[in-house]
Amino acid sequence: MNETLSSIPLLSPFIEFSFMRRALAGCLALSLGATPVGVFLMLRRMSLAGDAMSHAILPGAAIGYLIAGLSLPAMTIGGLVAGLAVAMLSGGVARNSVIKEDTSLATFYLISLSAGVLIISLRGSSVDLLHVLFGSVLALDDAALLLLAGFASLSVLALALGLRLFVLEGCDPAFLGRISRLGPLAHYGFMVLLVLNLVAGFHALGTLMAVGIMILPAAAARLWVCNVGPLLLIAVLVALLGSFIGLLLSYHADLPAGPAIVLTLGGLYLLSLLAAPLGPLASRWRSGWHFER
Amino acid sequence: MPDKPAITSANGQPILRFDNLTLGYDRHPAVHHLQGEVAAGSLLAIVGPNGAGKSTLLKGITGELRPLQGRIELLGVQRRQIAYLTQLTTLDSSFPMVVHDFVAMGLWREIGAFGGLDRARRERIAAAIDLVGMTGLESRPIGALSGGQLQRAHFARVLLQDAPLVLLDEPYGAIDAASVRDLAALVRHWHGEGRTVISVLHDLEHVHQEYPETLLLAREIVARGDTATVLSDANLQRARRIAEGRGDHAHAPICHADQDAG
Repeated sequence: MNETLSSIPLLSPFIEFSFMRRALAGCLALSLGATPVGVFLMLRRMSLAGDAMSHAILPGAAIGYLIAGLSLPAMTIGGLVAGLAVAMLSGGVARNSVIKEDTSLATFYLISLSAGVLIISLRGSSVDLLHVLFGSVLALDDAALLLLAGFASLSVLALALGLRLFVLEGCDPAFLGRISRLGPLAHYGFMVLLVLNLVAGFHALGTLMAVGIMILPAAAARLWVCNVGPLLLIAVLVALLGSFIGLLLSYHADLPAGPAIVLTLGGLYLLSLLAAPLGPLASRWRSGWHFER
Repeated sequence: MPDKPAITSANGQPILRFDNLTLGYDRHPAVHHLQGEVAAGSLLAIVGPNGAGKSTLLKGITGELRPLQGRIELLGVQRRQIAYLTQLTTLDSSFPMVVHDFVAMGLWREIGAFGGLDRARRERIAAAIDLVGMTGLESRPIGALSGGQLQRAHFARVLLQDAPLVLLDEPYGAIDAASVRDLAALVRHWHGEGRTVISVLHDLEHVHQEYPETLLLAREIVARGDTATVLSDANLQRARRIAEGRGDHAHAPICHADQDAG
C-alpha cells in the first residue's frame, strides 16, 4: 500500500518522512485555527494590526527562552502574556487618550519587538533568533503539534460559538453596542483568539511569517466571494492548498519551509487577483451591478 | 426653568421625561436645561440650526451620552428596546454581507447570538424587505447598494427591531425623493401602530407635512408643541439668533471627535 502511494511524486515526501507529515499536520491546524481569525482581521481592517501583534509576542517568548531555553511551554506562556498585555494596553490607551488605535498599537509593539530582540541577542545565538523569527515547521515535535492542534480546536470552537457576534462587531459595531451588552466581549475575545493563534503560528512559522497564513488566504478568498460563510471556507482551503504546495516546494527545491509556504500563499493571492470575479481585472470588465458604491 | 411648559404632552402616558437635562461633550454643554416629557405614541420632529444639540439629545436618550446634569427617564421602555438610526452610521458597507442578513440583524433581541431563523422569522424578514421596497435585492451585497437603497435597508432593520421608541437622525440626508416618500410612509405607519417616533430633520416643509408636533432646539428649547405654531418665523429667527450670538456662554468645545452636525 505504502509502496504504491509513495510512487506518487506529490505524496512521496509525506509518506517517506515523518517530519513532513508533522509539518503538514501543523499547517492543517494553523489553517483551521489561524486562517478564520485572519478572515476577521481582514474584515475588521486590522490586517496590519495582526502583523504588529505578531511582533508584540516576541519579548514574552524571549523571556521564556531566557529562563528555560528553547522550551515550548515557557515560550508559549511568555508569548501569550506579552501578546495579551500589548493588546490590552494599546486598546486602553487608544480609548482613554488622544492617541489613536493604530499609533497606540505601533508604539507598544515597537517597544515590545526591540525588547524581544535585545533579550534574545543577550543570551542566544543567531540560530535561536532565526528559529524565533522564522519558526521551525519541519521540526515540530509531539508537544508542539499537540499545542498547535489544541489552540486550533479552541479557536474553532470559540469562532463557532461567537460567529454571529464577531460578524456584527466587524460590520456595525455601534449597532451591536446599542442592542447588546456583548460588544466588549466580542472585541476582547477576538484579541485573545488573535494572540492564541499568533503564538501557535509562531512555533511553526515564526513571528515574521505567522501572519502570512492568516491574511494571505483571507485576502485571496475575499476576491472570490462576498458572504462570510463561504469566505471562511475558501480561506481555509486556500491555506491548506498553500501549505501543501509550499511544503512540497520546500522539499524538492531545498527551500526554507516557512517562507516557501507563505510565498505560495502569496502566489495564490496574486493568482486570485488575476482570475477571481472580484479582482481588479474582472471588476473592470464586469457589467451590471458593481461592488463599490 | 419652571415657567417653561413640557416639551410636548399629547394625550398618552409619557414615555420620556427630561428633568433639568444638560448634555455635552468634555464638560462643554451642547444642549442645556431641558425640561419636559414626550408622550407615548408621539410623532415628534426636532429641528434647529446646526450645532443646536439635536443629535446630542438623541444620543442622550439612547444612553450613549451621559447627562452632565439632570436626567432622562425612560418610562416603560428599556434602553435596548430603542431603535436608533444615526446620521453617520458606523456600518462598514464594504463588509461582505447581503441585504437579507443585514436586515436580519434587527432580530438580535429575539434570537441573540445563537437563535435560529425559523420559518416565521424568515417570513418577517421578507415582509420587512418588501415593506421598504427592496424585494428582489435580498442577496445583493450591502456594498453594492445606492444611498437610498442602503437607507431603505436600515429602515427594514429598524422595522424588525419592533421598537416602541424609534429615533431617526436626519434619516433623509442624501437620498432620492422616491425613497424619502416611501420611508416617510413607513414612519406614518409606525405612528399608526402607536410607536413613538422622534426624528431630527432639517426639511421644514417635510416637517409641516408629516409631523404634528415639533421641538425647536437651539442649545435650549426655543419652542415646542404644535408644528405650525412652533415653526413660526419669529421662533425660527429667535433660534438662529441664539445659535449665532451665544458669546455669553462659552459652550463651543475647541475640538471634539463627535461633531454634532445636526
